[in-house]
Amino acid sequence: MSPKSNRLILFCVAAAFLILAAVLTLSALEENIVYFYTPSELDRSEIGSSSIRIGGLVKKDSININGLTTRFIIEDATSQQIVIYTGALPDIFRDGQGVIAEGKFENKFFKANVVMAKHDEKYMPREVADKLKEQGVWQGDTSR
Amino acid sequence: MIVELGHFCLVLAFVLSVSQFVFPIFASNSNFKQLHSITLKMTLLNAICVLLSFVSLVWAFIVSDFSVALVAEHSHSSKPIIYKISGTWGNHEGSLLMWILILSIFGAGLALTQKTMPISQKSWILGIQGSIGSAFLAFCLFTSNPFERLSNIPLNGNGLNPVLQDIGLALHPPTLYVGYVGLSLAFSFAVAALLTNRFDKNWARYMRVWVQIAWCALTLGIGLGSWWAYYELGWGGWWFWDPVENASLMPWLAATALLHSVIVVEQREQLKSWTVLLAIIGFSLSLLGTFIVRSGLLTSVHSFASDPTRGLFILGILIISIGPPLILFAIRGPKLKTDGPLVLVSRETALIANNFLLICATIVVLIGTFYPIALEMTTGMKITVGPPFFEATFNPIMGLLVIIMGVGPFMVWKQGLMRKTKQIWMFGIGITALTIVFVVQASTVLSIGAIAGISTVTWLGATIVCDLVIKVRTLKRNNKSDFWQRLIHLQWSMWIAHFGVVIFLIGALGESVFTNETVARMRIGEQIQIGANKAELKSISTRTGSNYEALVATLHIIDGQDNYIGTLNPEKRIYPVERETTTEAAIRQKLTHDYYAVLGDGNQTDGYTIRLYRKPFVSWIWFGVLLMASGAAVSALKNINYQKKSKKALQS
Repeated sequence: MSPKSNRLILFCVAAAFLILAAVLTLSALEENIVYFYTPSELDRSEIGSSSIRIGGLVKKDSININGLTTRFIIEDATSQQIVIYTGALPDIFRDGQGVIAEGKFENKFFKANVVMAKHDEKYMPREVADKLKEQGVWQGDTSR
Repeated sequence: MIVELGHFCLVLAFVLSVSQFVFPIFASNSNFKQLHSITLKMTLLNAICVLLSFVSLVWAFIVSDFSVALVAEHSHSSKPIIYKISGTWGNHEGSLLMWILILSIFGAGLALTQKTMPISQKSWILGIQGSIGSAFLAFCLFTSNPFERLSNIPLNGNGLNPVLQDIGLALHPPTLYVGYVGLSLAFSFAVAALLTNRFDKNWARYMRVWVQIAWCALTLGIGLGSWWAYYELGWGGWWFWDPVENASLMPWLAATALLHSVIVVEQREQLKSWTVLLAIIGFSLSLLGTFIVRSGLLTSVHSFASDPTRGLFILGILIISIGPPLILFAIRGPKLKTDGPLVLVSRETALIANNFLLICATIVVLIGTFYPIALEMTTGMKITVGPPFFEATFNPIMGLLVIIMGVGPFMVWKQGLMRKTKQIWMFGIGITALTIVFVVQASTVLSIGAIAGISTVTWLGATIVCDLVIKVRTLKRNNKSDFWQRLIHLQWSMWIAHFGVVIFLIGALGESVFTNETVARMRIGEQIQIGANKAELKSISTRTGSNYEALVATLHIIDGQDNYIGTLNPEKRIYPVERETTTEAAIRQKLTHDYYAVLGDGNQTDGYTIRLYRKPFVSWIWFGVLLMASGAAVSALKNINYQKKSKKALQS
């Protein structure tokens, strides 16, 4: 075989692989994107049973702990969503804390498999902060 | 006074690095060739100035000089001395200064070593380094001055985020930065090669050492980061596909590709323009990695609060440092001619495949990391791309790479496979086949991914052993007298690094496939099952640390026959100064498995939330990383030695 055809073979193999990889990547991306909503943006008909993230503030006095299962309400300016979560809560999970819950809808309830709140108490997950600022619920960190 | 001196040195360093950049250009366009050697001296002076500046900042942190805005913002007098020092780079301004310091040290390193390199070449490379240095010094001085004073001095500082008060994190940024910034030299080599139209074997050999040093540090840095995440964050994992982790993984992947393509240039003078491009891409990704993390674009513990002007400046620097080199590459790159034909089955083809797969992996990580940001900027939609995406795309690509890693070393430069190695080949294939049969037998509990993973790791391990046996045997047959002297010159560095990959993968697979996890609310005296063993909550007590209060749980691990195995003491710490809480995971590290416990919230009557993991082989992950890094270090030392010898040969 001539060196030229060798290069051609190598190029074709690479191109074929690249196409395959691109197709796989795009399909993986499609399947594994997790959309983020605040409670007021939730549209059940659109979401169905796919995995999503809900972000907002933990409603005051809504935390109800029973053994390992925690029931609480995430709220924004206009809406609320009941979340049920089984497992260990983050360090600073408390009333008024900005949190993100990831999980799926089961009937009326949102079953979370992950609840996130960051270590820093001044910290507000960025997605939550942006949305809440838009809605005027939270004015940003005024302490500094 | 010392602070002003540091500030002055920083300004001086700026002037010096501008001249370091300008002199080589003058030198090449005039008859005043001494300017080249002056560039070398400029580089050294520059490094000294930046070092003095950095030391004075560290000093301000040590003596807690709260008249300096940065110290007041990020330090506290009650902090242990080691974290006062590490606090210097635990913030935007300080980390930028450290970045510049490492840049200038690398420049000085080149100026002082590799004496066989023609001086004009060297000064060109240092000139490019100077241009990077000037840009960042300008950035530092004009937007992020670490030496800014406060008019009303606070009595005490704001403190440092407690999560960052940790020895792993004191070391993680400097190591990572050495890796990132080390790639700047590869970049400067590449751009200088384009400018001077010279890129040959020797050029590649000089460049390779720096790539190896950078790669070694980058590997260690990422390893330290993941180790820190494992024991400090208390989430039970070691890699989360967090955007910030991805930002360090991308330059690592590119640097790994570069590390291998440079060998092809050195041995065969092929892949020249590709290698140049890779060096440019590698450094660009490391810039992206450093600064995207700092810019606040990504949500993570790493992002320091920053104002928009900084983000713009960073974007500007990124465009300036990536744009012109890429344009230059478009013009000059194709002129870097490649010698000789390409044989389909040869070492170089294996290395091309390696590069190709590594770049595919880089692109996949890039997409997963930046697609959410791009989507949010264009449509306002907020999404996350989680670990499943990376597991579905990155893992198969790396699996293929591991298979090729097994074959590559058996191939010979230019001429296909090694001869007379059939029986040993068979050994490798046989062992892999046996393993596949064995794991498929047990496949009721294992996923396809796990089976594929275990098979590829076995394949890699077996082929490395085969390769080693073949090469040592051939050497012994051909060299009866000087066998032992020659033994050292075999590719030990490659074997060490590749074997590091095997160890790493065993750890990663063991952790992801065989981990046991339980979460429970436990009262004192209660037991839970973990794997074949049990854990009992013995007591909960309080403890006062150097700058925190802690709640400590005592857990006893007991086996099926109620024999005591070990104790775990997870803590919950409250830092009064920072008014923050952190969880301190307790880890009982053994060679074959770790027990990992985290204390959640709770009270005496309802019990406390306890998360407990048993993670087989998890510590092998970091042993593997260490081995990989030592492989690169051994090779770099070998190269440095070689250059010393060739210098002596030149002098005599």
